[in-house]
Amino acid sequence: MSSAPPAAAAGAAPDLEVRRVTKRFAAHTAVNEVSFSVARGSFFSILGPSGCGKTTLLRMIAGFIQPDTGDIVIGGRSMAQVPPNRRPVNMVFQHLALFPMMSVAQNVAFGLARRGVGRAERLSRAEAMLERVGLGGAGSKRTDELSGGQRQRVAIARSMVLEPTLLLLDEPLGALDLKLREHMKVELKQLQSAFGTTFVYITHDQSEALVLSDHVGVMNQGRFEQLGTPQELYYSPASAFVAGFVGANNRIAGKALAREGALVELESAGWVVRARSLGGIVPGSPVAAFVRPEAASLARTPAELPGGQQVHAGVCIALLFDGANSAVLLREARSGLELRIALPQTGALADLAPGERVCFSFDPERAICFPADAAGP
Amino acid sequence: MTTTYRRLVLALLLAPALLWLFGLIVLPHVDLAILSFRQRVAPRQYVASLAQYRTFFSEPLYWHVFVRTALFSALSTAVTLVVAFPIAWTIAKLARGRASALLFVVCLIPFWVSETVRTLGWMILLRESGVLPSLLVHLGLAAQPPELLYHDATILVGLVYTSLLFMVVPLVGSLESLDNSLIEAAYDLGAKGGAVLREIVIPHAAPGITAGCIVVFMLTLGNYLTPTLLGGKNSLWFTEQIYNQFITRFNWEQGAALGFLLLALSTAMVWLGLTVSGQRFSDVMRRA
Repeated sequence: MSSAPPAAAAGAAPDLEVRRVTKRFAAHTAVNEVSFSVARGSFFSILGPSGCGKTTLLRMIAGFIQPDTGDIVIGGRSMAQVPPNRRPVNMVFQHLALFPMMSVAQNVAFGLARRGVGRAERLSRAEAMLERVGLGGAGSKRTDELSGGQRQRVAIARSMVLEPTLLLLDEPLGALDLKLREHMKVELKQLQSAFGTTFVYITHDQSEALVLSDHVGVMNQGRFEQLGTPQELYYSPASAFVAGFVGANNRIAGKALAREGALVELESAGWVVRARSLGGIVPGSPVAAFVRPEAASLARTPAELPGGQQVHAGVCIALLFDGANSAVLLREARSGLELRIALPQTGALADLAPGERVCFSFDPERAICFPADAAGP
Repeated sequence: MTTTYRRLVLALLLAPALLWLFGLIVLPHVDLAILSFRQRVAPRQYVASLAQYRTFFSEPLYWHVFVRTALFSALSTAVTLVVAFPIAWTIAKLARGRASALLFVVCLIPFWVSETVRTLGWMILLRESGVLPSLLVHLGLAAQPPELLYHDATILVGLVYTSLLFMVVPLVGSLESLDNSLIEAAYDLGAKGGAVLREIVIPHAAPGITAGCIVVFMLTLGNYLTPTLLGGKNSLWFTEQIYNQFITRFNWEQGAALGFLLLALSTAMVWLGLTVSGQRFSDVMRRA
């Protein structure tokens, strides 16, 4: 088992290649011509809302579903006609699927037993693996005697003891409460870099995907909307869907008025703003612009705002205090649109009261505008 | 005050069941127990004795039939389990919604007809001049219509048919509660079909399997009609011996003793089954 850091393995042959895979269920196309590859030792996430086809895609990689067309290549070998029990892939199930009729050590040793490893050896290997995930000495316990986090580590240990080329994770954090989920996120990342195994993780939680992954594929209606690093998804989303789905964002739907170089001027219910244009935008066509809460500046008077930016006015509706993520919810004066704008970290505006008049501005280069064709979130 | 009231309500609610248990099960058994421990020495004169039990142990026919009935019932239970398991699996795991309910009804339909009529139906099908033997002759598979009744195999078929539902119901219950992702996880970790069945499905379904086996074994052991009608005079079924003692020979004392021996046999076999499979009676009965 290599514990090479992912950075050293970058550029190596991909561990997983999905080539133009399509799966239909009756009239519904669950996965539509999806292609991507995952580099050895990296953490890849498939992010999408429920029903976007990500579970179907994961189950095809695991071998529980056969693709209609396309090919899945794992470790350089095509997986067509290879049943799940012969693939170099293991899966951590959504509800973990630990075997309740077996002890923790028997759970971890299950896969080794299927490979014909002798009893003494498989128990010592299971114990060593439990030691690695911080559960040394817990082998004789029953699975229902463990906490949620410990159960997750058993599920990972049970798969990792088989030294798979690829570990698939099907929203394993979904069933945990918030506090534990935050903790397990960090732990999962540490386990992945310690093992150096390629992880493919599916989730509908964008924060999990951003925190954990080296690369993320954003999936919607059976297709990949964008494939890139978390930073690329956050700062340069490729579509209105990605802009709305990844991270908090203010959506301003309206009509394009005019183009000025890279910028587009748009109007939403009488409110005129400017944003960076992405995609071919024709004046007069419907568009959707996005402004991140932290991209806008907020002040009581226009004089306090950075110079050279268009000043907008609004009325404070509510103060959303959340420590470093605090924001104010305001109603824009002309359009009545509700916007969320981050509070300065200095705590300067922490005394803002609902009903108070405020003004705000943003750099048009940091706002983005897409043609509004597909249904956004 | 309120506790007294609650106790009274509880007692009233339980009264019909307790009366039924006491009047129809406990009382007759006490009477039978007394009967089995006495011996008639002259008309209307009885003495306490173990003679009835001694007869059982000294008469090889009783012994032979007793052991035969026990082994045959165990065999019949095992065959019922093997036949019922795929049916239960189909209902619990493969069929969806309406199809699953329909399959259940199909298993239930034979029980709309009384057991006597059902068994007579088997006789019409199997007797020498019956449907199946004439079909065999018609197809050229037999020169003479064979007699399919009065064989041990015929009794076995009849007993399995009668018991099937009582095995399917607890099996479906225990298989339905098995999470499909456990089966998938086992496959994912490299298991083949046999290992999944042995390591995951059977351990999970064990209480249901044991419950079904206990019910079917007791029903088979105590069955009178099916072995007698399908096996004829040579069925050599223990319940038939008891019937003979009571009805044909008017030897109630001997009949009562044989009845108690049968009760002891079924208790011993159930205990043995539970011990061998490592199950607890209370867990098993919750699944049944």
